[in-house]
Amino acid sequence: MKYATTMIVGAGIALLAAGLFMPGWLTFLLTLAFAKGLVVMGLLLLMRAGLVSFGQGLYYCLGAYCVGIAGDYFETQNALLLLLLAIVVCVALAAVIGLLLCRYRDIFFAMFSMAFSMILYGVLVKSSAFGSSDGFNVKPPLLFGWTPTGESGPFLAYGLAVVALVGVGIFVWRYLRSPMGYAGEAVRENEIRVEYLGASVRRIIYTKYLLAAAMAGLGGGITALAAGHIDPEMAYWTTSGEFVFIALMGGVGHAAGPVIGAVLFELLRTYAFQISPYTWQMILGIALLVIILYLPKGVWSLVERVTKGKPL
Amino acid sequence: MKLVIAMLMDGVIYASWLFVIAAGLTLIYGVMRILNMAHGSFYAIGAYGGASLVGFYLAGGYPPWGAYFMLLGAALIGGTVVGLLIERGLLRMMYGRDEVVMILVTYAILLILEDVIKLIWGVDAYFAYQPYTLLGRTKLAGLSFANYDILLIFVSALICFVLWWGLNRTRKGKLLQAVIHDRDTAAFLGINVTRMFTVTFVIGAVLGALAGALTAPGISVMPGIGVEVIILAFAVVVIGGLGSVGGALLGALIVGLARSAAVHLYPDAELFVIYGVMGLVLAFRPQGLFAIATARKI
Amino acid sequence: MNALLETRSLARNFGAVTAAADIDVTINAGEIVGVIGSNGAGKTTFINMVTGYLAPSSGEILFKGKSIVGKNPRQVMRAGICRSFQVAQLFPELTVLDNVLIAYGIMKHKILPLMSPLATKANIQQAEQLLEEYGITSYMAETVVTLPQGVRKLLDIALAMLRKPEILLLDEPTSGVAIDDKFELMDTVMRAVRKSGAAVLFVEHDMEVIARYSTRLIAFYDGRVLADGAVSEVMGDEKVKELVTGHHLDIDYEREVEHA
Ligand SMILES: Nc1ncnc2c1ncn2[C@@H]1O[C@H](COP(=O)(O)OP(=O)(O)OP(=O)(O)O)[C@@H](O)[C@H]1O
Ligand SMILES: [Mg+2]
Repeated sequence: MKYATTMIVGAGIALLAAGLFMPGWLTFLLTLAFAKGLVVMGLLLLMRAGLVSFGQGLYYCLGAYCVGIAGDYFETQNALLLLLLAIVVCVALAAVIGLLLCRYRDIFFAMFSMAFSMILYGVLVKSSAFGSSDGFNVKPPLLFGWTPTGESGPFLAYGLAVVALVGVGIFVWRYLRSPMGYAGEAVRENEIRVEYLGASVRRIIYTKYLLAAAMAGLGGGITALAAGHIDPEMAYWTTSGEFVFIALMGGVGHAAGPVIGAVLFELLRTYAFQISPYTWQMILGIALLVIILYLPKGVWSLVERVTKGKPL
Repeated sequence: MKLVIAMLMDGVIYASWLFVIAAGLTLIYGVMRILNMAHGSFYAIGAYGGASLVGFYLAGGYPPWGAYFMLLGAALIGGTVVGLLIERGLLRMMYGRDEVVMILVTYAILLILEDVIKLIWGVDAYFAYQPYTLLGRTKLAGLSFANYDILLIFVSALICFVLWWGLNRTRKGKLLQAVIHDRDTAAFLGINVTRMFTVTFVIGAVLGALAGALTAPGISVMPGIGVEVIILAFAVVVIGGLGSVGGALLGALIVGLARSAAVHLYPDAELFVIYGVMGLVLAFRPQGLFAIATARKI
Repeated sequence: MNALLETRSLARNFGAVTAAADIDVTINAGEIVGVIGSNGAGKTTFINMVTGYLAPSSGEILFKGKSIVGKNPRQVMRAGICRSFQVAQLFPELTVLDNVLIAYGIMKHKILPLMSPLATKANIQQAEQLLEEYGITSYMAETVVTLPQGVRKLLDIALAMLRKPEILLLDEPTSGVAIDDKFELMDTVMRAVRKSGAAVLFVEHDMEVIARYSTRLIAFYDGRVLADGAVSEVMGDEKVKELVTGHHLDIDYEREVEHA
């Protein structure tokens, strides 16, 4: 346990150090990837309980809009405050929606969560105060009165993303080994047994849903700070589909899966887009099929096979 | 009064279009237990195919009424080809997997088809308004409606009747219902489930394409229409109860009327209303309005 | 004597199907009550209602004199009634150890902790002890799907016993188990039961098992109690012979009971 924590913190420090030497575009790409990784970590909690949410875009978008709107309204650029607010608002909304959602399973859970994110999308697209479908610009973040400029511009958001990733990563790593984490597996495997052991399946799912919402809100907030622009597309169902895609690609067997998946996804998308702008979606689709067919536990399962000495 | 009539008419027109898409989606789910995300692409293929066929046809100087057959032909050919390719070439390998995994598989197919469409038709918009304007307009209570839209209501009603008749009055249809009801027992009784799957998927795909082709004259056909449509269709079938054609009809009417009410009374709530209704229905009937609830025996 | 569990006119129907019509059953402390009945007689439905999985259509369920109708399985179990299942309800893709660890994790915490580890040395040791008691330690690292039927059944019952219930309801504990292993399984279970002092109601199709372990026998037929009393008495009942056990059974029950 101590060992894993040290490893994660170590990896975080290494990433921060590397960030000082990275070209701007890579810093930017990694920041966005890490932010998505945060969302997918939350999705991982749900997916391990057998629930696939096709609507994490709801909290991703909401978190981003919280940061953007609060930044304007309170005239603050304090990154920590804004992110905290994003998390609080997302959890508050999830606390209401979760009450309804935790009654559903399988495709109903998937479709219903998608419906909620589409409601937000529908509202945002029509709200001219927030730029309708164009969205609006977010002011650059401040941290303790420091705002980086020029070359080190993207570094602040990157640093925030890495720190958040380390924190959430440690949490998820420990969570998966806790009674609540195991209870997730249990819910996926046999709900009747869980109830007859004396735990409430709904309460377990509810807890996971709140945690996932918090992580998605955080990821969305960081995206807003990093990209400097947000639009309703973040709540569109294809964004949520991306998160599920990333989760599958990275694998949900380990806390590292979502991060690896997110980085791979962003790289794949960037390169696929550069190589052939008309077929990048096709490349993604084929990659997804290949993963479902040949690598159902995601890329992380390759790592596990290597470290556990099993043949590939 | 005028407002009410306008709302009703628009709602029913919208609903009849929604029904055609949703019927295909719900049929495929009922028989195959696949919630087909790529259904939106079938719609788009029908729309593009219809628009370009009509374009070719009219450019050749043939009699304009033939354009309607071009629309139907495009849907039939497009739906059959794509449906067969996907079912035989891909889905076949995936049967028996979890329903949620199948959603992801069809999501991948959607991503692929979106680009295939762009490769074939490019990114510019297509127009095939001739079949739409050709029929003229009708005045009703001081309001003007396109006859094409009114025709759409009848076409949709016809499709609905054919589906009902096919499912309830033919031997094949009854077998299909047996599969919908209990797949394992049906297979046990010697029904060729694999063939049923292929046939169902193709019928579903043709219905999706047909909806696209029929809509093409009234819209500008451009990238992204399929992605938009699929989530509407989802809302419809979820409201009606997944796998129930009758449910799709009711769901389409509910969504159609709710949306047109929103458009006329409070346009900002257009999308909100659709999912609001869906949420409301699911909150009280978790399986949708028409689905058969099955309790788990222990 | 005060009854531990008592049901009065318990009934339940599924649409047109009447699964339980009118069930009056009493179980006292220390009893081992066998239940027989043909397929669809309502035995499982009875257990489902008592444990709160199914709501009765009508009737009353009293546990230690208090009504427990309307309580959910969690509450019923906390009150002291636990059950096993006709088809073992386990976590199929997880190992036996994980199954037990999860059970302990849930049992020990009213609110499940998010950050403290579950698979600690102490917890693993405790799980080992439990498996030891049921003689299935050797399967500890195996996934449930690979287990033989009998081991699954034992694990299912072991999980039911975790909370030290006052009444244990066993739904066909030996179904799917090879004839030769039935008695061994029942011996193991009964040993654990005796140690905890729980009263038992067990559904069973095998008359030899019934004869050997029960102190009383109830015969269900068509959602009703057909006969209730001493084992030999119920076995000898004409209606039971005709409707439940069939005429042709020629086991000498008296001898079997002595033998046990
Ligand atoms: N969830 C349910 N939905 C519909 N009918 C049910 C349900 N559960 C039980 N039944 C019906 O109720 C009747 C009694 O079933 P029950 O499972 O209680 O029988 P049983 O005595 O346990 O039989 P067996 O020996 O086969 O386990 C049967 O006709 C069964 O089909
Ligand atoms: Mg039974």
